[in-house]
Amino acid sequence: MHVSEGVLSAQMLAAGGVIAIAGTAVGLKKMNYERVAEVGILSSAFFVASLINVRIGVSSAHLILNGILGLMLGWAAFPAILVALILQAVFFQFGGLTVLGVNTVIMALPAVISYYLFSRMLFNAPRIAATAAALSGFLSVLFSGLLLGASLIFTEESFFEMVCLIVGANFPVMVIEGIVTAFSVMFIRKVRPEMLPGYVK
Amino acid sequence: MIEEPFASGNSIIHRIDPRFRVAVAILVSMEAALLKDFRAMAFALAGSLALVFLARLDLFHVLKRLFSLVRFLVFVWLLIPLTYEGQAVYLFGPLAWSREGFLLCAQISLKSLAILLFFMALVSTMGLSTLGKSLKALFVPGKLVHLLLMTYRYIFVIGQEYDRLETAIKIRGFSPTTTLHSYKTYAYLVAMLFVKASIRAERVHQAMILRGFRGRFYSLDTFTPSYRNWIFFIAMMGLFIGTLFLERGSVWPITIRF
Repeated sequence: MHVSEGVLSAQMLAAGGVIAIAGTAVGLKKMNYERVAEVGILSSAFFVASLINVRIGVSSAHLILNGILGLMLGWAAFPAILVALILQAVFFQFGGLTVLGVNTVIMALPAVISYYLFSRMLFNAPRIAATAAALSGFLSVLFSGLLLGASLIFTEESFFEMVCLIVGANFPVMVIEGIVTAFSVMFIRKVRPEMLPGYVK
Repeated sequence: MIEEPFASGNSIIHRIDPRFRVAVAILVSMEAALLKDFRAMAFALAGSLALVFLARLDLFHVLKRLFSLVRFLVFVWLLIPLTYEGQAVYLFGPLAWSREGFLLCAQISLKSLAILLFFMALVSTMGLSTLGKSLKALFVPGKLVHLLLMTYRYIFVIGQEYDRLETAIKIRGFSPTTTLHSYKTYAYLVAMLFVKASIRAERVHQAMILRGFRGRFYSLDTFTPSYRNWIFFIAMMGLFIGTLFLERGSVWPITIRF
């Protein structure tokens, strides 16, 4: 989910920048040099996985996966997503320099929220864990959509109708993110549980 | 999957000190994002086009990279004039196209085009390791730069892992549909990608420790001082102040209105 260049007001760009810097600072502080390799390579995996297109009826959408990244990384999701966005700007020109902060917040804040809400439930009974993971995937994309909408509406109140259209159109994506996140987390829980928070040997 | 068609080159822009280019790119794109006057926007866009020309970027790749922006702009031109409130210029049954909406579309198009072209000409014209080093010189925390370089380094490796997994599911007759089975397959594909990334991260970390890693990357490229950098800097300041002048009618006070 991206806001494009040239749309947002100065206040929104500045607010996005400040929150992104604060979140990234917390993330960097919580991530010592021991973990840079881990966060970096998971961030590359996030970058690659978010290029995957899935079919929805006659249309298709690409995966976002900020929910599962948040579950695995916590606050480190902020620097990881910032870095992935810089690389997307360099490789694909999906955005330029001025919306980097806003876009980081749009993707990373829901990731951190999903970490606080759901990370404790991932080793409960399978049914609870899968539901928590599904909700984390669904809600992360929903929050991202709402943050994107808020940034547009605070820029111009007249964007309201357009925002409703965008968030509404993304509903199927949220459902798919929920399904994919649930299956992914359950897979990781079986194959390599130490990647998830709260794992005790 | 991923290419960097502009990173290497021998144009005037490529030879400017990357630190200058990154700093100037941040400055002029921020300015462009805040513009409200059409003459100022046109001036900034002209400046960005001149930079693309000076950097001698391959036109085909420039257009290819603008594709996602153009797709977004088409969407903007179709949607905003219809939903934006303002004086109607065209009515069709219950639909009204507003004048303010069209002006806003024009504004978004000019600004976003200018900002992306600045980025292409000034930032995409360096390799990622050089970008990392310039960011560090511009006071970006070392850990973040390290993370950027690490991510960049492994995108290609993980990309190959992805290709392998995709081949494996294709060879087993998978074709994507809108079914639970299909989404489950994608979920396992994604999860496997993360698992492989995590296992690789462990190995890489051990290898780095073994080689005495102490939290620093030593870069081999050096920044050579040259009078050209300052000429470039002065020219870009000219662009910056010229745009500001068109926007505000004067260059003083320099504070950008919020």
